[in-house]
Amino acid sequence: MLWVDKYRPKTLDQAMVHQDIAQNLKKLVAEQDCPHLLFYGPSGSGKKTLIIALIRQIFGPSADKVKVENRTWKVDAGSRTIDIELTTLSSTNHIELNPSDAGFQDRYIVQEIIKEMAKNRPIDTKGKKGYKILVLNEVDKLSREAQHSLRRTMEKYSAYCRLILCCNSSSKVTEAIRSRCLNVRINAPTDEQIVKALEFIGKKEGLQLPSEFSARIAEKSNRSLRRAILSLETCRVQQYPFTSNQIIPSMDWEEYVSEIASDIMKEQSPKRLYLVRQKLYELLVNCIPPEIILKRLLFELLKKLDAELKHEVCHWAAYYEHRMRLGQKAIFHLEAFVAKFMSIYKAFLIAAFG
Amino acid sequence: MAPLVQSSQPWVEKYRPKQVKDVAQQDEVVRVLTNTLETSNCPHMLFYGPPGTGKTTTALAIAHQLFGPELYKSRVLELNASDDRGINVVRTKIKDFAAVAVGSGQRQGGYPCPPFKIIILDEADSMTEDAQNALRRTMETYSKVTRFFFICNYISRIIEPLASRCAKFRFKPLSEEIMITRVLHICQEEGLNLEPEVLSTLSSISQGDLRRAITYLQSATRLFGSSITSKDLISVSGVIPEEVIETFFAACRSGNFDLANKEVNNVIAEGYPVSQMFSQLFEIVVGANDISDEQKARICKKLGEADKRLVDGGDEYLQLLDVASSAMRAICNMQEDFS
Repeated sequence: MLWVDKYRPKTLDQAMVHQDIAQNLKKLVAEQDCPHLLFYGPSGSGKKTLIIALIRQIFGPSADKVKVENRTWKVDAGSRTIDIELTTLSSTNHIELNPSDAGFQDRYIVQEIIKEMAKNRPIDTKGKKGYKILVLNEVDKLSREAQHSLRRTMEKYSAYCRLILCCNSSSKVTEAIRSRCLNVRINAPTDEQIVKALEFIGKKEGLQLPSEFSARIAEKSNRSLRRAILSLETCRVQQYPFTSNQIIPSMDWEEYVSEIASDIMKEQSPKRLYLVRQKLYELLVNCIPPEIILKRLLFELLKKLDAELKHEVCHWAAYYEHRMRLGQKAIFHLEAFVAKFMSIYKAFLIAAFG
Repeated sequence: MAPLVQSSQPWVEKYRPKQVKDVAQQDEVVRVLTNTLETSNCPHMLFYGPPGTGKTTTALAIAHQLFGPELYKSRVLELNASDDRGINVVRTKIKDFAAVAVGSGQRQGGYPCPPFKIIILDEADSMTEDAQNALRRTMETYSKVTRFFFICNYISRIIEPLASRCAKFRFKPLSEEIMITRVLHICQEEGLNLEPEVLSTLSSISQGDLRRAITYLQSATRLFGSSITSKDLISVSGVIPEEVIETFFAACRSGNFDLANKEVNNVIAEGYPVSQMFSQLFEIVVGANDISDEQKARICKKLGEADKRLVDGGDEYLQLLDVASSAMRAICNMQEDFS
């Protein structure tokens, strides 16, 4: 078992970071009623952990028995019926799913599943929880229509089912949904908190963990606890006992992007652009999301640039990223950004050195 | 339906005024409607105004007061944006309902029960133009037996022929005192204790929207119990603390790109919604005394552009960084546009 899963806090009391939020959630559940919730925050900050712990707190240990199901829903959409396949994780009391996986048909999924949950309401009256919980991940990727229909279903079936929504940026969730939920902001853990968590794991595993080393891991993790723990485990496999100046391997795609960045800095020519394109393709076929590539590339380039060029480069990064959203093929826009950068940099070099 | 736990009812519903005279601040409307109650006659109505000012409440209250609980079901049709309101519904459901004749006006159980029915169209500005056009004739044909109440936020989205058939009432945003009195009333009923300073925070973050104020209050109570501080309210409302914005803006002023970049990273890692960030930044920029109008205009132009990109699904980090860099360029009088 990976350490990330092994040391994931099981209950709200065990939470290592966000203790205050966990205590508040506990209070919320203790009052026998739970509003719709919207968790938002950057990835690796512990949204999912809190949600699972919360469900456990509400329903007790039965929430641990989850089964993975791959189901097909038959949805009646006006004149025709559509089949939609979706993977769900469910226990007796909750269902968890990723509605945005259904693409543009996500609206039907939202309505259909909630309706179904409302239909098979738990019968036992002695259990005081008269509702089930539906966890929807990545709500920010839902289409507008789906969000609108969610708003209606949220009110209509609120007696039988509570929604827990989870997303990275709440800007992309409509105001109507946000105002119907209790919003919970989960911030990324600070470096100190990450260090503490790493030390905790180190102690449990019986490792000698030099403090400079854990501080370096925390710094490198970019405030993502998950990543910090994963890299700790990787380092453990690579070399133990730890030394404080041990190399922390970064992810291979990041190495690759920084390679691209130095390629671009070395030479600005169509030939080099051709080379870079192949590398970009390589990243794309390995399923690295294009916006992540662009962001990382910008990060690497900014490290090497003069201050006066930074403004211009970040302007164009924002510009091409927007275009990428509107367009279809990511590679065009990535390449356009690289070409743009090359022309700016070349002009700068010529102006500076003649 | 499962029996609802009492406490799970939203306070917004629980404390919705049941009578027209209880509606806060909208004196003009209240006067006309009290008159209606006495004479049992009224025109078609069009209520417009910002959210949370009591439009729906007024419409429901008058309907309840006119017909009482028994007749209410058969005399009032309530449709809002979540119901299907395409042109078909207007042609069938609304028309059928409007066409039904009703008995002559006899007082029943203390209610006036005037000889007409009421159709309440909530959020009418989200109806399509076709659907609104289809209503025109229906309104006139059945005006003897049916009154329409339109409720909307933007009167400009209601087509002119419909608007001219109605008596229009504008609902004003609630003033701070009135909002505080209402909130205090709820606090008393719920046994809460609020400091005056907390009350003013509440009214400033909700910006004249009473519903929002009550929702925030309830969320905060659920999370933090009966003693609430301003900080708690700000954290449930999703408003970004003033200091964060100030630091961000100060970084832009400094002219140091790396500092701004660090600040942007920080905002993203803390999970603050960037769209909210933009609107609060906008307020600070407009209110700032030491930057010229032209500089303000440049920043605002960029904010508008970035907001549009965000709506299109752009990445939060890149857009915020772009705004920070533009603001810095504007303030430090650097090169304006890139081509």
